[in-house]
Amino acid sequence: MANVTVRFFARYAELAGCESAAVAVPASATVEDVLRRVREAVPGAQALPARPLTALNLRQVKLDARVQDGDELALLPPLSGG
Amino acid sequence: MTYLTGKPIAVDDILAEVQGPERGGTCVFLGTVRNGPDDGGVTGIEYSAYDAMAQAEIARMLAEARERWPEARVALRHRLGMVPVGEASIGIAAAAPHRDEAFAACRYVIEEVKKRLPVWKKEVRMDGTTTWVDPSGKPVAGGLRDR
Repeated sequence: MANVTVRFFARYAELAGCESAAVAVPASATVEDVLRRVREAVPGAQALPARPLTALNLRQVKLDARVQDGDELALLPPLSGG
Repeated sequence: MTYLTGKPIAVDDILAEVQGPERGGTCVFLGTVRNGPDDGGVTGIEYSAYDAMAQAEIARMLAEARERWPEARVALRHRLGMVPVGEASIGIAAAAPHRDEAFAACRYVIEEVKKRLPVWKKEVRMDGTTTWVDPSGKPVAGGLRDR
């Protein structure tokens, strides 16, 4: 199993009702698998879009990226810096 | 280097980081909080970030600029927290031997910021209401944007 910390930011944190959640997924899981697990574990996360922007360990990744034990997955609302 | 700050952006500080006797062209970009005729009475914008990733992304952008314009130097600060109308949320200074590289490096970094920096803004209005802003600058209406 891989334990992944999922972090929510800005509007997504408001929708999820929390800023982070810890989920466990099979060792070969992808970001998409983690999202599925998050929606089960965090009721507010069901309101998140189907394919949010994601970052794994501080870098943007696609939904088919593999996760490892100890990873931090961030769900990023549309970026609006500057 | 800490690129994120809760304080007003000090232009002198970012200029000092990039200027040097061999660099004859310097430009500064400031992004300031706006309340234009179509902005609905904005009094300020509350900025929040994924701090660790924002720091890492800015470091990567500046390294990319350095690779593309080796003689240029670029400095950046992004303000977080409540920024009132008229004050800067971002400041970028770029200096190079000649103006073309300075402008190009500065432009590159602000455009990458817009594309990649994990920072979010919530507009605060005179009537006390707040709205998350999407990348096109329009308030997020009912639904959420997908990618």
